Amino acid sequence: MTRKDLGLLILIIVVGAVVTLINPRFILPINIANTSNLVGMFGLSALGQAIIILTGGIELSVGSVIALVGVLFVDLVANQNVPWPIAVVMMLVLAVAIGLLHGLLITRFKLQPFIVTLCGLLIYRGIARFYTNDATAGFAFGQTFPTLEFLTAGRSYGIPNSFIALIIVAVIMWFVVHKSVFGRYLYAVGKNEEAARYSGIKTGYVIVAAYVICQVLTIVSAIYFAMYTRSISPASHGNFYELYAIAAAVLGGFSLKGGEGSIIGVLLGVVLLQELQNLVNLLGIPSSLNFAVMGGVIIIGVLVDQQWSRIRERSRTVEEAHASREKLSTAE
Amino acid sequence: MISSTDTIVATTPGPFLSLNKIYKSYPGVAALSDFSMDVRPGEIIGLVGENGAGKSTLMKMLGGVVAPNRGEITIDGVSRHSLTVAESMSAGIAFVHQELNLFDNLDVAANVYIGREPQVGGFLHFVDEDKLHKMVEPVLRRVGANFQASSPVAKLSLAQRQLVEIAKALSTNARLVIFDEPTSSLPISESDKLLDVIMSLKADGISVIFVSHRLHEIEKVADRVIVLRDGALVGELEKGKVHHDKMVRMMIGRDLKVQPSLTVSQVGEVVFSAVGVQTEAYASKPVTLNLRSGEILGLAGLVGSGRTELARAMFGIDRIYGGHFEYKGERFVPTHSSQSIARGIFLVPEDRKASGLFIDMPIVENISLPNLMQYAVGFFIKRGSEIEVAEVQSHNLGIKAPNVTTIAGTLSGGNQQKVVLAKWLALAPSVMIFDEPTRGIDVGAKSEVYRLMRDLANEGVAVLMISSDMEEVIGVSDRIAVMHEGQISGILSRSEFNEENVLMLAVGKKIQKGEGP
Repeated sequence: MTRKDLGLLILIIVVGAVVTLINPRFILPINIANTSNLVGMFGLSALGQAIIILTGGIELSVGSVIALVGVLFVDLVANQNVPWPIAVVMMLVLAVAIGLLHGLLITRFKLQPFIVTLCGLLIYRGIARFYTNDATAGFAFGQTFPTLEFLTAGRSYGIPNSFIALIIVAVIMWFVVHKSVFGRYLYAVGKNEEAARYSGIKTGYVIVAAYVICQVLTIVSAIYFAMYTRSISPASHGNFYELYAIAAAVLGGFSLKGGEGSIIGVLLGVVLLQELQNLVNLLGIPSSLNFAVMGGVIIIGVLVDQQWSRIRERSRTVEEAHASREKLSTAE
Repeated sequence: MISSTDTIVATTPGPFLSLNKIYKSYPGVAALSDFSMDVRPGEIIGLVGENGAGKSTLMKMLGGVVAPNRGEITIDGVSRHSLTVAESMSAGIAFVHQELNLFDNLDVAANVYIGREPQVGGFLHFVDEDKLHKMVEPVLRRVGANFQASSPVAKLSLAQRQLVEIAKALSTNARLVIFDEPTSSLPISESDKLLDVIMSLKADGISVIFVSHRLHEIEKVADRVIVLRDGALVGELEKGKVHHDKMVRMMIGRDLKVQPSLTVSQVGEVVFSAVGVQTEAYASKPVTLNLRSGEILGLAGLVGSGRTELARAMFGIDRIYGGHFEYKGERFVPTHSSQSIARGIFLVPEDRKASGLFIDMPIVENISLPNLMQYAVGFFIKRGSEIEVAEVQSHNLGIKAPNVTTIAGTLSGGNQQKVVLAKWLALAPSVMIFDEPTRGIDVGAKSEVYRLMRDLANEGVAVLMISSDMEEVIGVSDRIAVMHEGQISGILSRSEFNEENVLMLAVGKKIQKGEGP
């Protein structure tokens, strides 16, 4: 855990403590459980986004994909009587297809990620709306899928399964990003794509792989969201979710230029964001200010982080100066 | 070409700028100590010294960016402790920096008068474009520019852009123009033009301080040469006594000879050839060139002659539009750098910060990157193995750093170049291509790089060295190939090595003895 991550963790704890003092409902098990559930679901999509940001790209279509997958999955399972494991596999195939599409447009055709994924955002939501004719997709009264529901919206020993899923995926991603060859390539491509090419790295493959991974994680989170809300309005479901993911990554130390960030960081970022959402509810702040609070905290967070590292840099330089002056004076 | 007429001034006017016993230190280091210097009108003063000798500190003080700890700066008889940027500018001190500060989304006129635009329209502050262009044209003529005030800077060559910077300096009515390494990125013909411009400044009574590593250029134009070493003035040479070897000796405190052949290695078989290769830059000009094991082949030529493009094509970065390569007899057309790397063909690129290194990554990660799977168990990297290999490489190459986890960006130019080399030496090179291997590296580190190249050749590696430094090309190569506008214009054997032959071939003229590839 880096110092930055530690700082974030402390902030989360401090904020939590303050909120608890004002409204002890915060640490009620049911509240923690609800919040963890949200952390689990948003976290899955944030992990995907983090990988993309690491390569210096961006994925703006995440929210729309969540809407599209939401309506498709629910329709398949509820109306078309497709066994849900098959539906999941079908969605994963869709994920790979979208990931490949985005990745190839970016690497082969040299389009900018912002443009490609922005169009994705518009197109996929359009398809979702078309698919249901703008109607809300949902389960018929009394339709249940016990196993599926347990896996996605259920609890094990009181802990939401979505949160457990997040932890499992996060551990895997941690090894991939921080310890594996592919992870090192991600950092290299993000920091300096040209130098990566001059070192023999197949940068195209790395970037396409990143987009595929992102979409797979997004689709997993989409299934969780679908089963959680159980009723999906394609015009609004998943709205802005990509921004939450980006915000979590930024709070967690990712630079939008690429090449920086850690898995623990983005997880902590998600936790903080959900803590803020929760806070707005519990402290009686009008929910209309929800976004304002989040935006405000993010900008303050990034600002503080910037200044903090400058102060640390300066004090380190001063230390070095002292040290060498001493060396000089003892040498004389 | 330069004509070396001595300008003998009957009565030398007094200095308008004096530095007296300047002392500047940073924590733990005396950047300049007890430094004094005079500048008279119409003088060209050469300033030489290794990297870290104090040249940039001196320039920063003259520019008002940095204040000395002790000493005085006297301008027109008025002494002061330090200068502000504004005072420096109003005293008529102007800079032409090594890294050009131009806006390539604007035109020449806008750049020359940036921040000082003539305005019209009162409170509306519109730029008086007409007046602006009228003001800029004469300055451009004066520096011998072959472009207009309305030319977009983006369309200008490096040499032309430099003229824009000079025009910018002149437009401020400068009395002293300080040139920082102006010719290091220029081809030979353009360098000469620049030296002409500098001489013309002198004729107009403008003084010049000319900082350069290209000692033979300093020899040509300087009236006086000041040599810095470790922050102190170690020598001042008057015109007539300015000699290359003397300067080098003063700069490093010892004689440095780029030995024409440290050892002549055994030249073996042809390992790698370009056969009729047509690169993107010169798609209509096929290039045929052979690289032999044990041989350092210098590749000279003007900037833009297609050498870097050829190197990139050999390394698989750029695709070729005709012809093919041969590696150990086998036909080879790389489509990705990984293919060249797999055959032991490596490139040390021209711009190490952009393509050679990851300056934010530690040394160890830079070194292991091309062959990361080697250090991995399954997919996971074993940090221990990485560090082991990096330490060995670091030791062998003499990389000066606290340890291998030091961030590469904090190293000096010479050490950074060694890191770039180290990552290839950790694999087994059969062909090493160097593109401007000693650019931005000081004299001491240069000789280390040359020694490493010779060691590689001795071990049977075929070395291709692209260089614009005449001294380097002639001193280090076993043979010299010269490129001109995308083609090999000639190959020189050792007996034919001289500046004139190289230059002639570089500009496309024939020389007496020609040779095949």
